[in-house]
Amino acid sequence: MKKVLISVLMGSAMAVGASAASAATLDDVKAKGAVQCGVSQGLPGFSNPDDQGNWTGIDVDVCRAVAAAVFGDAKAVKYTPLSAKERFTALQSSEIDLLSRNTTWTMTRDTSLGLNFAGVNYYDGQGFMVRKSLGITSALELDGASVCTNTGTTTELNVTDYFRSHNMQLELVQFEKSDEVVQAYDSGRCDVYTTDASGLYAQRLKLTNPDEHVVLPEIISKEPLGPVVRQGDDQWFNIVKWSLFAMINAEELGVSSANVDEMKESTNPAVRRLLGLEGAFGEALGIPNDWAYQIVKQVGNYAEIFDNNVGPDTPLKISRGVNALWSNGGFQYAPPIR
Amino acid sequence: MAAKPHHSTGQTSTKGSIFNDPKVRGIIYQLVLVAGLVYFFWSIVQNAAHNLEKQNIASGFGFIENTAGFLPNQTLISLSATSTYGQALLAGLLNTLLVAVIGIILATIVGFVMGVARLSNNWVVSKLATMYIEIVRNIPLLLQLFFWYFAVLRNLPNPKDSSNLFGVFHLNNRGLFMPRPIFEAGSEAMLVALAVGIVGAIGVSIWARKRQVKTGQRFPAFWTGLGLIILLPVLAYFLSGRPISYDYAELKGFNYKGGMKVIPEFVGLTLALTIYTGAFIAEIVRAGILAVNHGQTEAAHALGLRNGPTLRLVIIPQAMRVIIPPLTSQYLNLTKNSSLAVAIAYPDIVSVGGTVLNQTGQAIEVIAVWMIVYLSISLLTSILMNWYNRSIALVER
Repeated sequence: MKKVLISVLMGSAMAVGASAASAATLDDVKAKGAVQCGVSQGLPGFSNPDDQGNWTGIDVDVCRAVAAAVFGDAKAVKYTPLSAKERFTALQSSEIDLLSRNTTWTMTRDTSLGLNFAGVNYYDGQGFMVRKSLGITSALELDGASVCTNTGTTTELNVTDYFRSHNMQLELVQFEKSDEVVQAYDSGRCDVYTTDASGLYAQRLKLTNPDEHVVLPEIISKEPLGPVVRQGDDQWFNIVKWSLFAMINAEELGVSSANVDEMKESTNPAVRRLLGLEGAFGEALGIPNDWAYQIVKQVGNYAEIFDNNVGPDTPLKISRGVNALWSNGGFQYAPPIR
Repeated sequence: MAAKPHHSTGQTSTKGSIFNDPKVRGIIYQLVLVAGLVYFFWSIVQNAAHNLEKQNIASGFGFIENTAGFLPNQTLISLSATSTYGQALLAGLLNTLLVAVIGIILATIVGFVMGVARLSNNWVVSKLATMYIEIVRNIPLLLQLFFWYFAVLRNLPNPKDSSNLFGVFHLNNRGLFMPRPIFEAGSEAMLVALAVGIVGAIGVSIWARKRQVKTGQRFPAFWTGLGLIILLPVLAYFLSGRPISYDYAELKGFNYKGGMKVIPEFVGLTLALTIYTGAFIAEIVRAGILAVNHGQTEAAHALGLRNGPTLRLVIIPQAMRVIIPPLTSQYLNLTKNSSLAVAIAYPDIVSVGGTVLNQTGQAIEVIAVWMIVYLSISLLTSILMNWYNRSIALVER
């Protein structure tokens, strides 16, 4: 009996002890040989699997950039598809190392959830989609409408706030998965489908007749979307943050996946620092010095990942707009590497 | 605490013999086990609290008081956009209870009808019941849920082309809209009349039974009682000057406003739960009826009872003893299966809780609320059904 009791006590003590010591995320990632990245369950342009299970999208490219920086291999990523509801718990419980899943940066999430947003890879805002046949031109005409949306997102709060502040009534119909929202909206359960504007363009492709639907001009909220990590591991936070900044700086400096090898000959000190030819910026992050070279070479600069995934030549046909570089009148701005 | 007397008596003999006393030893083992379990769960709670604090994640139930800022699309209590998370969760709980209670009632009816039908001598009826049972209980509930929801939804018209009945009932893909009665002053008389009618009906049935026992003559107590319950309030309605007015649903803009509304999510969920659980209950009813010896039927027939009364008075009461325990399990299953509502936007406790979880990020607290809610509902159902089971159990004399 004594033995049993002692072993129970030891077991519990060990359980407490093991959880108290948490290893650095970078060491965990290196030991696993891959970055475990939380993505969406399928949002074209952001994170979407093809029929062979290969993930593509602007959020997926952030995961690939981090893998390229750490391992010099953009393929060293394992994906975990998560619903809106599951995503933060998965990150908090260390099931994933990095959450890159069209996630809006809000104060609650940045503070009381114990998370850190490493930057913004897409500036978005919430919009409304309706049938053209309704003949509506403004969101202010939506009084009394039924509105379909996803649970567990910022959208349900924004839309309730918007209708409340304009003294309008709404019926909010909230589904767990976005595929069901699309189906319910398509079958006429709702007059309005609301989510981030980029999501509306992406989901419109799944409707029976995409041309019969129109996205209203009003953008009712700020939705800065970006990668998220856990609080308390500054090294990993810095790696993710600077992987994103490296892509934006590369675009600004005119370095792309096509010309990155030629650019190694460049005399511009900013380019030489970016590509790891001068200074030891990689070492300061605890990763190889050619980290940014690998990102640009294997994943591309910000303009490339935008154009390949959501740009005008893709089915989503989204223009750069506010996501242009600051020097072109947009918001994308990265601190210098120096 | 019962250990004390044993312990003190044990102390009078040698030290080793305390532990040789099987009673004392048993109590010590149990105390140690309880202490071990308490420590185990305490350390889990401590561990979780410690880790949450270390990761800067908020904990505790303080969020219940905060403004929720969202509105479920069906609420049995009145909510506004400024209601708290606690009120939103309560609305979700009531929605779960509503669908569970109505689902249980309907599934029981479907189950009893189908269970008896499967035993019918009529070939067509029994084969139809068999087909229903075998098809429905072998398809996963989630698929049936999607089927009923989207099948129902796709076939309903837009609000502008809704089907109307008498110009006051409107059916479209936003729901079924009905007039809402408004009780004005004077409608209390109807309530009194209803109470009198119910008491009268019970009185008539007691009197009729006594008379039948005494004289053998039968009296149509059921129809008389039904007449009393319906006629008296109707009479009161006209005598007190028709105190009920109606709030009719009207098409305004996108949608019907006013009146009462049944949302399609509720219809889809109730249909799926009823049909799915009804198939299992049908098999339980069939097993219960087959468990009653055929000699009972023959004896009842020999006494001159027809098929109906034989089933009602002889077979079913005996079958109930076999039916009730597994039926309880089905009721519990139905209640817990109602959590699939989240798939089709019915705002039950899981759906609302999920939203709360995401807004506040307090996963442990919200999951604790879910577990407490389902545990409480299930234990309550269990207690009621066990009480009923005891009341109909065979009493040995």
